[in-house]
Amino acid sequence: MRLNYPVHVRIIRVPCTGKVDILHILRAFEKGADGVYLVGCMEGSCFYEQGNFKARKRVEHAQRLLEQVGTGGERVQMYNLTSGEAPKFAQYAREMSERIMALGPNPAKLAGAASAAPAKGQAAERGAA
Amino acid sequence: MIVANGKPLEEIIEVVKDHRKILVAGCNECVTVCEVGGSKEVGILASALRLHFLNQGIDAQVGETTLQRQCDREYVVGAREEVEPHDIVVSIACGVGCQFMAEEYDTMPVVPGVNTSFMGGALERGIWSERCQGCGACVLATTAGICPVSRCAKRVLNGPCGGSTKGKCEISKDLDCAWQLIVDRLKSLGRLEDYETLAPIKDWTTDRAGGPRTRVKEEVAS
Repeated sequence: MRLNYPVHVRIIRVPCTGKVDILHILRAFEKGADGVYLVGCMEGSCFYEQGNFKARKRVEHAQRLLEQVGTGGERVQMYNLTSGEAPKFAQYAREMSERIMALGPNPAKLAGAASAAPAKGQAAERGAA
Repeated sequence: MIVANGKPLEEIIEVVKDHRKILVAGCNECVTVCEVGGSKEVGILASALRLHFLNQGIDAQVGETTLQRQCDREYVVGAREEVEPHDIVVSIACGVGCQFMAEEYDTMPVVPGVNTSFMGGALERGIWSERCQGCGACVLATTAGICPVSRCAKRVLNGPCGGSTKGKCEISKDLDCAWQLIVDRLKSLGRLEDYETLAPIKDWTTDRAGGPRTRVKEEVAS
């Protein structure tokens, strides 16, 4: 079908979304990811029966934690589709990409950049000294 | 096992926000089994705290360690090299572990990351239920193996009380009446006549009412 989806989406293949741990999600944000989304099989169609349900619970847990630490829970999402729904895969990638573009960069990166660069006032004071 | 609940993240952040070298310390025993204070939860809490500081633009180190048992001095002492480089420890062991850490590291603030709740067991994954209050004088032999002290809201020893309706306790429709359970089990054991035997007034001095307790086993104590 040669469908296009946003180039800044990086895919990590896992055998089942049930493999994705909350730590994988949190560490992605620690390393500077602006958003993370899981794409699993349709609910009720998991080969391992509970994998995508477990993934959804982990996503919801991550959302709560990220909301509390100021990263923002909306940066993590869970989507479901079947393996035959390539257009939907591309659509979800676009949706997530647009969501993250609207939210802006990971606040940790912004805060890091702000603390690394001296404030204008401080630079002026140093220059005067 | 001892069952605990994680404290709200905001509460933990409020306590550690002015520190820059934080150690999150878990325990491999009860709190690991009740999925609140093992190495997995240490990783999650530490990661969340790191994200909090990163989002504030604050350069803070959040270390992780999980002791075999925080309620055992030999393991607590053994963690010295990991503990000392930090300026605060968030213990997600039970209240016992947290206190043992505080007692050992007398110049190090040690704060709890969980609320220790009760002694109980897992009904299924993710659901734990209270089974013992450590009253110090077990009555299970006469109550068909069901504890009225921990499972009856009133700790009634000759129950049920008037609040028992259709096998449920008046405090919650989801809570079984302990005395209904006891009667049902006495029936299954063919010992219903035991129900007629009145329990004497319980000596609560072995309970917490007698003050903090210490147990000494002479054979092994040095």
